[in-house]
Amino acid sequence: MTMPREESNHAIITVIGRDQIGIIAWVSGRLAEYRVNILDISQTILNEFFTMIMVVDLEPSALKLDVLASTLEQEGDNKGLQVKVQHEDIFKFMHRI
Amino acid sequence: MTITFAREEIQQTINMIHKENLDIRTITMGISLLDCSSDDIGKMEKKIYDKITKNAGRLVEVGEQISARYGIPIINKRVSVTPIAIAAAQMNVDEMVRIAKTLNRAAREIGINFVGGFSALVQKGFTSGDLALIDAIPQALSETEFVCSSVNIGTTKAGINMDAVLKMGNVILKSAQLTSDNDGIAAAKLVVFCNAPEDNPFMAGAFHGVGEPDTVINVGVSGPGVVAKVVKKYPEADFSELSNLIKQTAFKITRMGELIARAASKALDVPFGIIDLSLAPTPAIGDSVAEILENMGLERCGTHGTTAALALLNDAVKKGGAMASSHVGGLSGAFIPVSEDAGMVRAVEEGALTLDKLEAMTCVCSVGLDMIALPGDVSAETVSAIIADEAAIGMINKKTTAVRVIPAIGKKAGDRVEFGGLLGGAPVIAVHPYSSKLFVHRGGRIPAPIISLTN
Repeated sequence: MTMPREESNHAIITVIGRDQIGIIAWVSGRLAEYRVNILDISQTILNEFFTMIMVVDLEPSALKLDVLASTLEQEGDNKGLQVKVQHEDIFKFMHRI
Repeated sequence: MTITFAREEIQQTINMIHKENLDIRTITMGISLLDCSSDDIGKMEKKIYDKITKNAGRLVEVGEQISARYGIPIINKRVSVTPIAIAAAQMNVDEMVRIAKTLNRAAREIGINFVGGFSALVQKGFTSGDLALIDAIPQALSETEFVCSSVNIGTTKAGINMDAVLKMGNVILKSAQLTSDNDGIAAAKLVVFCNAPEDNPFMAGAFHGVGEPDTVINVGVSGPGVVAKVVKKYPEADFSELSNLIKQTAFKITRMGELIARAASKALDVPFGIIDLSLAPTPAIGDSVAEILENMGLERCGTHGTTAALALLNDAVKKGGAMASSHVGGLSGAFIPVSEDAGMVRAVEEGALTLDKLEAMTCVCSVGLDMIALPGDVSAETVSAIIADEAAIGMINKKTTAVRVIPAIGKKAGDRVEFGGLLGGAPVIAVHPYSSKLFVHRGGRIPAPIISLTN
């Protein structure tokens, strides 16, 4: 079993909540501000519920993952959105061997 | 290179954590105290305090960092130590109590939830340290907050020490009496084992075995809610399919434990020991092992078929989990604590689940009679006889069994006790009214069983 290398600084951002104008603008604006690079993005609306999944690279950023997570989670909360930022390894470990 | 994930995969992981109560139940650092021995109690207290605070000083901080990085809750950070009856074999009863208080001080200083290892291994007989420690247990547990205690009274290889069984009935009752204002909480921090594992990260039974390295990281995963959801989703699945579904789920849960264990081991520069892939319920709704069994098609946990359902669950969890981790150990299986599992509590309240059925279930689950409130007028001999039955199941079946029962002083069957937090609350369960006194007072040892002629 090969273990993922620790060097990866990729995170998965998920945003779930009632659809409203400017969700992606807000997230991507914040990420640009913190110099976090977006690698992949997908978004759908199901029954008026907005779901976005974003793969980002924190390498260029000075910000730690946990700080980014708490900032976005708190701001998202104020907008009625559930925002999670998690290191990609948790998904890799669970779904890839 | 970026690995892309399917939307469903990401959604599934997030649902498991946020809707189905998937969490890492504990990161437990094992610490050897074998190098802390001294004839002088003051020196020994200082050595123990220094060793724990030095080695585990960053445990809570690192646990919180890892939790934030991966977005998964890590509920407990704990420390287990060398059985104190071994590390402090020269101490008397009062000194043993002082050592328990030292462990408690160290635990408070570093902010952990529990410290385990106020323990003795007496399957074949007692040393003077074992006797001092056992006598010290009621006072030690009632005057400390974080200390957990365990005593191993039998093994498949050694048989059952019935003198120790008799003693432990008294110790459990006395522990409950000393903390009767808090529903006997001291007894909830005390477990009596047969075939105790030396690398178990779960409390109250965690201790750091003498075959372990100086320090080690063991991780306990959880996730009954995730399994319950999967079982519920496939009501038509036959048992082969059901077993596979549980195996796949256990695999995913255990992978998460493996990831966290590796991260913690690296951050703390402490070797990784084992993952304990137990399904450990909490009082939260939807985090129940009983619910899994009921989702398999039983109207209530405890009815006919419950033992078979639990056997399938326990085995499938082990199979799935064993594939997911490089080192599996500890207790690994399904826990059936009553007060910590809302489904078990309901089953007892409705009369579906009795002490006798729980005993049968322990033949196929990973541990034993756990977090069960007994009537306050139960005799020490009856508690001892309950321990003897449970130890016999473990000894003959070559598995770990344990007893953690709490005599509810001043209460009778049907009354309720509250322990709070993860320990939950439970109805007091009835015991048999007939005496076992003459039996448990015989003393001596039940010989180790023959291991051929297995029928």
